Amino acid sequence: MLIPALLFASVWVMVILLLSQLPLLFIGRVARRWALSLRAGVFLSSLIFVVNFFTGSVFSAIALTLRFLVLLTAFSLFFMTTSPDDLGLALDRIGAVRWLSRKWLGYPNALSFTFTTAVRLVPTLAVDAQTVVDAQRSRGLELDRGNLLRRIRNYIPILIPLLLIAIRRSLELAEALESRGFPGKEGRTSLFQLKLKRGDYAIIGISVGAIAVSIWIFFHYRVPVF
Amino acid sequence: MITLEHVSFRYSSGYLALHEIDLSIQGGDFVAIMGENGAGKTTLAKHLNGLLKPSQGRVLVDGEDTRKVSVAHLARKVGLVFQNPDHLLFSETVKDEVAFGLKNFGFSPEVVEKQVGRTLEALGLAEYADKSPFLLSGGERKRVALASILASEPDYLILDEPTIGQDYQQKERLRNFILQLYSQGKAVVMITHDVEFVAESNPKVILLSKGQIVGKGSADSVLSRDEMVNRASLVKPQMSRLFGELTKYGLPRDVVDVHRARILLEDKLGEVKAPVAQNP
Repeated sequence: MLIPALLFASVWVMVILLLSQLPLLFIGRVARRWALSLRAGVFLSSLIFVVNFFTGSVFSAIALTLRFLVLLTAFSLFFMTTSPDDLGLALDRIGAVRWLSRKWLGYPNALSFTFTTAVRLVPTLAVDAQTVVDAQRSRGLELDRGNLLRRIRNYIPILIPLLLIAIRRSLELAEALESRGFPGKEGRTSLFQLKLKRGDYAIIGISVGAIAVSIWIFFHYRVPVF
Repeated sequence: MITLEHVSFRYSSGYLALHEIDLSIQGGDFVAIMGENGAGKTTLAKHLNGLLKPSQGRVLVDGEDTRKVSVAHLARKVGLVFQNPDHLLFSETVKDEVAFGLKNFGFSPEVVEKQVGRTLEALGLAEYADKSPFLLSGGERKRVALASILASEPDYLILDEPTIGQDYQQKERLRNFILQLYSQGKAVVMITHDVEFVAESNPKVILLSKGQIVGKGSADSVLSRDEMVNRASLVKPQMSRLFGELTKYGLPRDVVDVHRARILLEDKLGEVKAPVAQNP
């Protein structure tokens, strides 16, 4: 989805891509959550539309806005249907990732672990952010008061505690990991083993095929914007 | 007066955190809200200054519906001290930290300075005024957080787990401080798991379990009753356990604090000793 979307800037291509994504949303049962992230993306997509409208044509503005939606949907599909744990496990099985991780960080599973931890911490940080906002509002802070500069300054009492909490937590996490002997020995096994099934191979095949076809079209035809 | 009328609250996840809570708190009250983890204590506290608005029912602060006024407006009357000081400390010095709320409420610089000095003095933090709050110990940070709320002299003070991380002497100071506040006619509401602290301070106790009020009354009547204490996953205070064992000597069961225990035991010992003393 991503590569064809980035290769072409055509309204038709985007519509086709978007339509092909819709059934996947329902198969993955994430349509409702996708709608929510779509709502969050309204501002950005209207910004993209306006900017491109003034710098290009109406059609390129529509195409680029749709491209944003295609990307948003693709990312939503991926992250809403794939649990971060599985993703971490999968990364850990990729030889290249392990090789890179060993080169950079000294341990083969450090990189995939870093990724899993980063993803894991997002919801925790969101809870902390809410608590910090509540605590500062209880001290009379009004986030939406004053002019633009003042409003930005209003966020200082939110950001500093949040940053400190994040740093403190990462230090604690490091200590906890070290006290448990991370990264352990070579050849660590995992409780859940990921296996590629026939369906997975089919999806990989279709994706690679679609990418190949779109690259071929890209080099042999000029696809009109509209 | 803060009045909660049939307050229910459901988080957007669908979880019913509070169910039909009726409660009123007025000046001079000292109330301890106790209950198991997840009973809804903090959710309840957040209703008192309008951070959370009830899904059903209403909360009135001095007659004003919390849904109709801003949190900043309520925060002047209702001071809510959060459990973890790290969620609110951000200034370069303790002094600035304590001044933050006062500045938000629009007090003049002279008043701010006066109130900051006074509050730091009262909480034994004066020597740290120009230090960074991040260099202080956990217990001290907690007191700075308390000071930052107290500085604006709210009529209602809500404390979320104030005794965590405080040593016994600090707890004793905190108790005296709370006593001072409510004898001045302010209301103090404390959310806590600290059974011993409650037993010694003798506030009104409200037991919360699964979002409902399951018990109300004085500390000695609530904390000495097994069925209530068990319901809220608490353990009876030591004094109450001792007096539970001593009922065969004709002593009452509902004793939770050292002071009353001493009076009762002295009486009892007097009875026992008196005949012995006369014999020879």
